[in-house]
Amino acid sequence: MTAPTFSAPSPTGVKAWLLSDVPHTALQARCQRAYLAWCAFRGNPIAMTGLIIIAALVLGAALAPWITSGDGIAQQLSDRLLPPSAEHWLGTDQLGRDIFDRIVWGSRITLYIVGLVGVIVVPVGLIIGIVSGYVGGFVDQALMRFTDIFLAFPRLILALAFVAALGPGIENAVLAIALTTWSPYARIARAEALTIRNSEFILAARTQGASSLRIIFGHVVPLCLSSVIVRLTLDMAGIILTAAGLGFLGLGAQPPSPEWGAMISTGRQFILDQWWVPTMPGLAILTVSLGFNLLGDGLRDVLDPKSGG
Amino acid sequence: MAVPDPKANRPTGAAGGRSLGRLAKATGRVLLSLGLTFLGLTAITFFIGRVMPLDPVLAIVGDRAPQDVYDEVYQRLGLDRPLIVQYLRYLGDILSGDFGISIQTSRPVLEDLVRFFPATLELATLATLVGTVLGIPMGVLAAVHQGRPLDHVIRVIGLIGYSVPVFWLGMVALLVFYAQLGWVPGPGRLDVFYEGLVPSVTGLLTVDALLAGDWTVLKNAVAHLALPTAILGTFALAYIARMTRSFMLDQLSQEYVLTARVKGLSETSVIWRHAFGNVLVQLITIIGLTYASLLEGSVLTETVFSWPGIGQYITSALFNSDMNAVIAGTIVVGTCFVGINMLSDILYRIVDPRTRT
Repeated sequence: MTAPTFSAPSPTGVKAWLLSDVPHTALQARCQRAYLAWCAFRGNPIAMTGLIIIAALVLGAALAPWITSGDGIAQQLSDRLLPPSAEHWLGTDQLGRDIFDRIVWGSRITLYIVGLVGVIVVPVGLIIGIVSGYVGGFVDQALMRFTDIFLAFPRLILALAFVAALGPGIENAVLAIALTTWSPYARIARAEALTIRNSEFILAARTQGASSLRIIFGHVVPLCLSSVIVRLTLDMAGIILTAAGLGFLGLGAQPPSPEWGAMISTGRQFILDQWWVPTMPGLAILTVSLGFNLLGDGLRDVLDPKSGG
Repeated sequence: MAVPDPKANRPTGAAGGRSLGRLAKATGRVLLSLGLTFLGLTAITFFIGRVMPLDPVLAIVGDRAPQDVYDEVYQRLGLDRPLIVQYLRYLGDILSGDFGISIQTSRPVLEDLVRFFPATLELATLATLVGTVLGIPMGVLAAVHQGRPLDHVIRVIGLIGYSVPVFWLGMVALLVFYAQLGWVPGPGRLDVFYEGLVPSVTGLLTVDALLAGDWTVLKNAVAHLALPTAILGTFALAYIARMTRSFMLDQLSQEYVLTARVKGLSETSVIWRHAFGNVLVQLITIIGLTYASLLEGSVLTETVFSWPGIGQYITSALFNSDMNAVIAGTIVVGTCFVGINMLSDILYRIVDPRTRT
């Protein structure tokens, strides 16, 4: 915290400001940390591959009207089941629709599902898990039984039952997936909080007079985050796969919507002779979940202070 | 539930008595919460069953039945009573093992479940075994070689295993290994002409064939198991390897590892005895979660492989509006799930001294 007196550092550019040895403000320190994290992230080829895949997905979804030749739904029966060619990069399906177009339009559905589920489950799981592990006693028992009930549900089957009860469709699929996804976060956050609770640095903080809220948000939450982020990135792929599974069983997005799982489901009967019809959407699912997983892996290395440089 | 008082003076010695008492108390608590969870589970499945836009009466009598037949069945099912009464009655039925009659098979649901469950159990157990045996060493190796090529290779293999849609992989695998190459038999648990050759004792075909000493049936059952096990196992392996690596990295950066190295312990001892010993505790939870999720998560795999397991049973029941079967299946799978989680919780408490307060 001692300001250098001999020569005031004169940053000549943003980079110098970011790399200065002595940050002058909290903002600068934070920016520096973010910049260094980005440098570490950039040096990780696996993570960058993931970032590129996800960036391509987002870009494709945003630019869909300009990079496709149609809306992915209009049929062109004269072009049925054409193999991949220069004109139809990934071939056409049984109704003559360009599979590439449909996959690009389908990426919007994928992003929608993933984003919505993530925004719902992480805060809910973190709060329940940490409160449970940190407070302990009766609260812990009550919350964990509540969590167990949800954890106890066969995830896909519960999603199936919910969708069947509410009616097939994307929103209901999202709701069903979120209802079955939040509980592992609570359990993981609780397990972390439980071991952290007995640590000496928590005792030290408490002796200094820190309130429970301060300890939870200042110490416990940041230490839980690494596990939760690993889990969320694993789950991003899992969410995509569950949604696709629901689509595959005919309970998620409905045809003619270009949802990838539904595309595999309708293309299934053509696998022996026109392999590209069910294979291409499957590859799209694989690529995107892989992208999320790669990205998450890289984020973990960067964000997790425990795993070191 | 007889819970010994930990403070009671025992002739066996204070320390031994106390730890035994504590264990018994913990087990009692776990059993109690198992019961509570079971109650919640049944309550939620019951209400899902009730809010479904399916008329259980119509499903039984058909839509051309006259009104008086409809009313009679309606009353016989107790649908005119208040919901809470219906629930209590339903709970009583479940506890006495009566899940009702399945509409699609016209047999008691319990009988169906007994027939279908072993197929799923066999598949999930083998897949978990494959995933654990291969996944743990892979995760440890990756963590030890962090940042080096071996780490990247293992990570990418694991990530692909985790990212692939299982129903699609099953389809492609059947296309390649069954339709094109002919290396494995097709869908199902046995070829048709082997069906019913060995008496069903456990319902696990491999075990039954072993008990009967019938090697051809065993061979056929194993051949049928190979592809679905490999596919579910890939998924288990990917998750277990990934979590093992992640936990291992956390441990290897701790100071006690440095201390152990400074003391001059061999690298093997540092990794497997010191670091892995601590990881094992966390892995218990992960393996438990994997096993439980494979038990229920094989729905899609079972659909693709026409595997006559509980997942396929529940899905087809769902499409046939067979609510008795859906609810019973969900409860059975859910109870297994809770049971496995509780078990890993108890093990966790026994193994990790830090969670004992």
